[in-house]
Parts: sequence; structure tokens; C-alpha cells
Amino acid sequence: MSDQTLFSIFFSAMVVNNFTLAMFLGLCPFMGVSARVETALRMGLANIFVLVLTSLSAWFLNTFVLEPVPYLRIISFIIVVASLVQIVEMVVKKLSPVLFRQLGIFLPLMTTNCAIFGLAIFQTNRGYGLVQGLTFAVGAGLGLTLALVLMASIRESIEFSDVPGLAQGTGLVLIIAGTLSMAFMGFAGLL
Amino acid sequence: MRKTTPSQDFVRGIWQENPVLVQMLGLCPALAVTNSVKNALAMSAATFFVICCSSILVSSCKRFIPSEVRISSYILVIATFVTLADMVLQAYAPVQHKELGAFIALIVVNCMILGRQEAFSAKNNVYRSLLDAVGTGIGFTLALVMMGGFREILGTGSFLEYSLFGPNFEPWVIMVLPAGGFLTLGFILLAMGYVEERKKEKESQAAEVLS
Amino acid sequence: MSDESVTEESIEPQADSEPVATEVSTFRLVATLAVAGTLAGLLIVMMNQHTKPIIDKYKAEQLRKAVYEVLPGVDRYSTLYLVNEALSLTLPEGVKESEYKRIYAGYGGDGQLGGVAISRGESGFQDVVQIIFGFDPETGKLLGMKVLDSKETPGLGDKIFKDQSFVEQFFARPDTPLLGVKPGAGKGLSNEIDTITGATISSKVVIDIINHGLEIWRPVIDKGIPSVPSESADVEVTP
Repeated sequence: MSDQTLFSIFFSAMVVNNFTLAMFLGLCPFMGVSARVETALRMGLANIFVLVLTSLSAWFLNTFVLEPVPYLRIISFIIVVASLVQIVEMVVKKLSPVLFRQLGIFLPLMTTNCAIFGLAIFQTNRGYGLVQGLTFAVGAGLGLTLALVLMASIRESIEFSDVPGLAQGTGLVLIIAGTLSMAFMGFAGLL
Repeated sequence: MRKTTPSQDFVRGIWQENPVLVQMLGLCPALAVTNSVKNALAMSAATFFVICCSSILVSSCKRFIPSEVRISSYILVIATFVTLADMVLQAYAPVQHKELGAFIALIVVNCMILGRQEAFSAKNNVYRSLLDAVGTGIGFTLALVMMGGFREILGTGSFLEYSLFGPNFEPWVIMVLPAGGFLTLGFILLAMGYVEERKKEKESQAAEVLS
Repeated sequence: MSDESVTEESIEPQADSEPVATEVSTFRLVATLAVAGTLAGLLIVMMNQHTKPIIDKYKAEQLRKAVYEVLPGVDRYSTLYLVNEALSLTLPEGVKESEYKRIYAGYGGDGQLGGVAISRGESGFQDVVQIIFGFDPETGKLLGMKVLDSKETPGLGDKIFKDQSFVEQFFARPDTPLLGVKPGAGKGLSNEIDTITGATISSKVVIDIINHGLEIWRPVIDKGIPSVPSESADVEVTP
């Protein structure tokens, strides 16, 4: 068991050790869907949703099934994440076709999103309980959303700037990300 | 799909379609564990093992895998080899294992590996798939070691823990921090873009001269 | 570049895998995954049987080294678990070992209690800093400290384990609770620790972990440490 307070878990996951900017998790959507603020926001919200579900199921699996066989963690977690994404997709499609259309391709993309799998692994390695895990998931999700939206708004505002040809595309995004990451270093020591 | 020769399968992944620098796959390990050359090498070795074993297994069993469950089967195969790599590293290289921490487990979600299974091993024979895997693995290693080298030299003033510049060097600590990872990869891409642009310019000049 | 698009598009799992009419029966799909899963499980279990002893041995060895480092002059130690607010050498039947908090009691060659080692962590500048420290319950003096795990900033915060002059202060038998002071600003009290310039938070965290750890554990330790029969002081494996 970990004795970290919920407050410290939450802020650590959200800003100090931001999943994207400090731990490099969830970089694919960060590079891919950060061109528009609106899509970025939606992607972030979809992420929070799946993160919370993952945290819940990883905790159940870990407490009730994997206790005697901790070495099967990687394989069980990845199966759970993959099936969870499929199930969420089906349920959302059935219950709210509007939401499904809005989330669109973002849901299936989630399977190969390291943030989701990373959350399950980090939560287990640090020995978080149920409530701690959920706090961690919400914090991490908000952190991802924050990073995505910040990046998208920067990209939107430099869209028409005169950037040298060779710097357009991923190179530029990475350098902006580096600057953002440096800015987030200012949060260290907050806890 | 275009026909390729075995040597093309091998070389392609190393430079022209380098998984990290060109295709932007597997960025998470490429940025997270390249704060020293040693960590970059350990991560590359583990990834190399996983991609080669998965490719051999997937290409030899492809006839038995129905296409409806192929992605799940690939993930299962990859997760198995990652678990094995995790255990072996923990038993025989515990210090490196502690340094890399959870990022070993995260090899499972490295899109590069799943991508090679789906795009190549599922359609080609064992020999070709192994060549492709080895090429991609070398490309990944090259990219990681390059980043690890830049970051370690600038961030700590040493290479593979041997001090290079003596005690008066003031290390750029930022390079071994997360921000340094983004910046290093960003600048490498800028440099590659510059080289590419120069090449195109030369070619067009040559074409003009010819015409 | 033509086959690059093949690679990228095919990574994404098929989103709409509606059960289209195929020749492949559901049984075959389930059977394939079941066989693959069983084989994978078998392989992992076999590997685990081979590597587990090596991993456990290494972990026990690391713990043993750490305990001996923070409890100088100790020959052997035993693990004490916190059961019902008191220290116990054994756990109740059928419980998970990992759920119990524990400390390590070190004994000298003559069987005398040489000190108690406590391992705990708190949030530092970046992430949790985990340390182990030894102290003498009789005099309340600190015997030693070692940082087990930290992700503090290289070059600044990592001085809490790289700067020997900082680490050595914890071996100089200062009185507890510790008091962090700016280097050179101390009044010469026996419980002062000079913090590191540029790493104030990291060095204060180390001091806090020790002070809070003592606050938590002193009442329990003062209730008494169970005496150990001299031959049963085995090294125990802890995760």
C-alpha cells in the first residue's frame, strides 16, 4: 500500500509528472490530434473516461485475480485494455449515437495509446488502492487534456505564421512540446 | 503491395523508413529512456528481442490465425515476449531494469512492433519477416543511441559514463530532463529536414543544368 | 513511400468489426485465442520459475546491504511486522505479507539490539523519494540514512545521495527530531543538518521523512521489541 495523499497523487499526475510532457505517455494523440482545440478537448475527455474505467478494472484484476501470479500482469492488462476499449465503443454506440459520432475514430485509437496501459502499470507498481487509483486516473486524464489543449491552441495561433519550410510538421511540434515541458517543470516542488 | 528484394526488406527499416525518425512510431520509449546511452541500449536490446521473436512466431503461424482475431493474437504474442524480456532483465541486469522501470512493460504498446506484424510478418515468410524485424530493430537502436548520445554528452558531459570534458564542464541539465528529450528529437528532425531540402535543391539544379 | 501508407493504415484495429458472414466459425476464433493464451501462459510460468529465485535473491541482498549500511556495527537483523499496533516477528496465519508495514531490528554480535531500520517515502521535488534510515531507540539518535529510490533533478536534487558531505551528516549520530538549517547558519545544535544549496526541497524531504517516520514508529517501538532467539535471525525476503 502507498501512503501518498490523494491531493499529492492528483497534482503529481496532472502537472508535476504530467503524463505527456514529463513521462511521454500518450504521444500519438498528442502529435496526431492536436491541430484543433475542439478535437483536442474531445480526445482529452474520451481519454479521462477510458482512464477511469481502466483504473477500476486494473484494480479489480490486480486485487482479486492476479495476486498469486503477479508475472501475468503485462499480458492480462493489455488484454483488459484492448477489450475495454471495444466494449466502451459498443456501449457508447448503442446508448448515445451522437456521442459516438463525436468521439469517432478516437475510441479505437485508444488501444495503442500508451497512456492507458501505462496508467494500469504505474498504478500497480506504486501499490495504489481503489480510491488512490481513481484519483490518479482523473489527475492523469486532466493532465493529458491540459497538454493536448495547450498544444492545440499554440498550433492554432501559429498556423499562419511564416515558419521556415524545413521546420514545419513534427519537428516544430516537438520543439513546442519541449518548451511546454520546460514550462511545466515550474510545477515541480509544488507538493 | 510493391515487390521488394530481401536486402530492401532489411535496409528499409534502418534509414529510409526509420521507425522513430521517419515514421514517428515508438516515440514513448525513444523519448523516455534516452537520458543516457546505457539506458537507450538496454531499451533497444529488449525491443529488438521482442520484435524479432514476435515476427518469427507471427510469420510462421500466420496460416493458423483467423483474420478476425489477428490483432488480439499479435498483442498476445507481443505481450508474452515482453513479459519474458522483463523477467530476464530483472534477473540478469537488475540495475538497468530499475532504471527503465515501467517502460519495459510499455514495450507492449510500442506501435512500431504491432505495426511490423500487421504490415509485414502477416504477409511474408519467416526469412523475410526476420530480415524486416532485424532492420527495424537496428533502425530503432540507431535512433535511440543517437538521442541517448546527444542527451548524455550535453546533459552530463560524459559518454557511457566516461567523462569527456573534465570537471570544468557545466552540464546542460535540461538535456537529461523530459524537456530535453522533446528538444533533441525536434532538432534531429530539423537537421534531417534541412539535409533533405538541400538534396532536393541540388537535384533540381542538376536537372536545370541538364535541360 | 508507397508502402508506408500500408503500414500506417493497417495498425489501427478495425473499428467496425460487425459480425460479417465468414466461413470461420466462432469456435475456431475462440480456440485459436485459447491455444495461444495457454501457450503464452505456460511459457511465462516456466520462465518465471527460472528467474524468480534469482530476482528474489537480488532483492534480499539489496535490502540486506541497505540495512547493514544504515545500522553500522550490526551483524544480523530480523523483520518485525506491525500487527495490531504492536511489533511481531510472525504474521497471523493466511494473510498477505505485503499488506503489513514492517521495520528491521538489527543485533550486534553479543545479541544486543543495535538499532532499528525503517524504510519509507514521501513526495519530493519530482516524485516519491524512498529512503531507509537506522536509529537507536534507546538514545533516540540517528545511526545512518540511505536513499533507495529518487527521481530528483540530476545535478541539483540528486545531491541528496550523490553529495557525500550531505549524506555523512546522517551518520554523525545527530539527535532527533532533525532540524534542517542553511549551510553555515546553524547554531551548533546536535540535531542540525545542513541542507544543500539549490536543493532545499529535496534535502528537507529527507529530513521530513525521518522526522515523520519517527513520530509514527516511536510509540510502537517504545511498546517493546520482541526478543529474538539467536538462531532464527534469518534474512527475510521483502518485496
